[in-house]
Amino acid sequence: MRISNHPILGEAEVRREVKFTFDGGEMTGFEGEPIAAALRAAGVLTHRYTKKQGAPRGVFCAIGRCTDCVMVVNGRPNVRACVTALAEGMAVQTQYGSAAKGEGGAE
Amino acid sequence: MKRYDLIVVGAGPAGLSAAAEAAKHGLSVAVFDENAKPGGQLFKQIHKFFGSKEHRAKIRGFNIGSELLAEAEKLGVEVFLNAPVAGLFDNREIVVRVGEEARHYKGDTVIVATGASENMLAFEGWTLPGVMGAGAAQTMMNMNRVRPGKRVLMLGSGNVGLVVGYQLLQAGCEVVAVADAAPGIGGYGVHAAKLARCGVPFYLSHTIVRAEGAERVSAAVIGEVDPEWRIVPGTEKTFAVDAVCVAVGLSGATQLLKMAGCAMQERGGAVRLPVCDEFGETSVWGVYACGDVSGIEEASSAMLEGRIAGAAAAGKLGFISGGTLQARTAELEASLAGLREGMFAPKNRGKVPDKTDEGCEISSSLLRRGYLDGEEIARYPGVSSAPGLHAVIECTQNIPCNPCQDACPKNCIKVGENIVALPRLDGEAECIGCGLCVAACSGQAIFLVDGDIGGGRASVTLPYEFLPYPAVGEIGVALGRDGQTLCEAEVIGFKLTPAFDKTGLLTIAVPGEMAMLARFWKRGRKRP
Repeated sequence: MRISNHPILGEAEVRREVKFTFDGGEMTGFEGEPIAAALRAAGVLTHRYTKKQGAPRGVFCAIGRCTDCVMVVNGRPNVRACVTALAEGMAVQTQYGSAAKGEGGAE
Repeated sequence: MKRYDLIVVGAGPAGLSAAAEAAKHGLSVAVFDENAKPGGQLFKQIHKFFGSKEHRAKIRGFNIGSELLAEAEKLGVEVFLNAPVAGLFDNREIVVRVGEEARHYKGDTVIVATGASENMLAFEGWTLPGVMGAGAAQTMMNMNRVRPGKRVLMLGSGNVGLVVGYQLLQAGCEVVAVADAAPGIGGYGVHAAKLARCGVPFYLSHTIVRAEGAERVSAAVIGEVDPEWRIVPGTEKTFAVDAVCVAVGLSGATQLLKMAGCAMQERGGAVRLPVCDEFGETSVWGVYACGDVSGIEEASSAMLEGRIAGAAAAGKLGFISGGTLQARTAELEASLAGLREGMFAPKNRGKVPDKTDEGCEISSSLLRRGYLDGEEIARYPGVSSAPGLHAVIECTQNIPCNPCQDACPKNCIKVGENIVALPRLDGEAECIGCGLCVAACSGQAIFLVDGDIGGGRASVTLPYEFLPYPAVGEIGVALGRDGQTLCEAEVIGFKLTPAFDKTGLLTIAVPGEMAMLARFWKRGRKRP
């Protein structure tokens, strides 16, 4: 899903590849890109499940406005994945309700 | 508490323009923005802007963003990023969140340029991953360089829906359809025509019934609406898609203005906007609003509104005299007035004219299907099927734009003083086939046509902004304005110079009778 070359924007700039985990599994992305971009490139669309209905949610506004894309990042819940920069070694987890799985959120 | 002559909230086109203007007049200026990068939405705008030279027409949005940022920095504007303004209080005190800290600043004047957020449409399945704002898709592909989906349905045919739809094609996505509940396309006809000739179908008087899928969108169902906006049973159509983009308008991010106690009023339906004077000053002394937060328009007008507010803040604090302020404001207002003319001007919102200012009938096919019907095209002043090489300007609505006139070194194209006028061809002037007009046209509505290049063939030069670029000698097919395959077409030229700014000029050879029909080219063979 990455756009390596683009008729207007040209070749993608060379960025540092970093390793992070998504629900415990290792993934790679580019340093500084939004977590959501790295996940989308890896085929992950579901960022969280709602507390009451357990409905899947993903990126909706992509500019940090709607908070639909929040996830648990480095143990902290409600982090907006669309505007939070990816860093080496980050632990990204699907959010269930208001916490990671097995940590008191809805499941 | 640190004090500035001017605090600007929002580093988008309006905010940066306001900051630069004020700094130019000697004010100390700080700009706060919640994002990691400045520029607001400008850096996502990869298309060429409309307007005239003074509005930076034919320059792509992200390049305008870079220019603006460089100007602000050169003038000593301090730009604070990752710095959301959480409050605007009495005496123009703001609270900014920086990391885990809340910091207080005071502005002798404050300009709120917080922009807008996308409106949403609630339908069955609208919360599924894969359903997103059109702006979200634009952010993902143009900023983050990740495709939002492989097959996309676009809801909304305003300029955002049309422009993002085209950018999805440029990013390598397929756009299965553009649907809009309204009976006519809402955005510029030229933007719709770019999509239509690539083969994207338009469904007007259609809205989404539901998005389907368990974990993510796998299909979308649209249906025709009756005059009461109810779905007509039996008209449902299903598209297999992995993304649905919603482009149903924008609403100003007015929270800070409300918090500051600025008077708001309803304008344009149920939208509450700040009450501003001609300088953008709200009901609260020294607090200004400009750009989308004070009424949704284009980035070009937002930049001018920002300049007006920036100059006004300078006047308010005595950095410039009343006379200087008046003269500068008049100059900016005149420029803004030029952009606020034509069929799509704010004052004409909701009206559907049946004729252009020149008295040409508006194409009903364009409004309904996104393309000009072959029969209709001859009625417009930029269209000629005369022998010999010449431009064919398929510009059929009064929109504020004139780069074609400036581009032509031989003065073949006339728009005149009034930049919303339709361009017309000067039959006496000689076209040299340079193609500068083709590349300059922000609406990609200009073609070079030579009805007879020998051997019964005609040549058509068209703007082409897709990868990979065609190679000379390559055989593909010519598509009509409606995106349907017409005939085989050989690539006989492909030109891309810095002056064209990423718009390639593709020249194809087609049978002579296709000269006024062939408007796009794609790889592949004509089906027998």
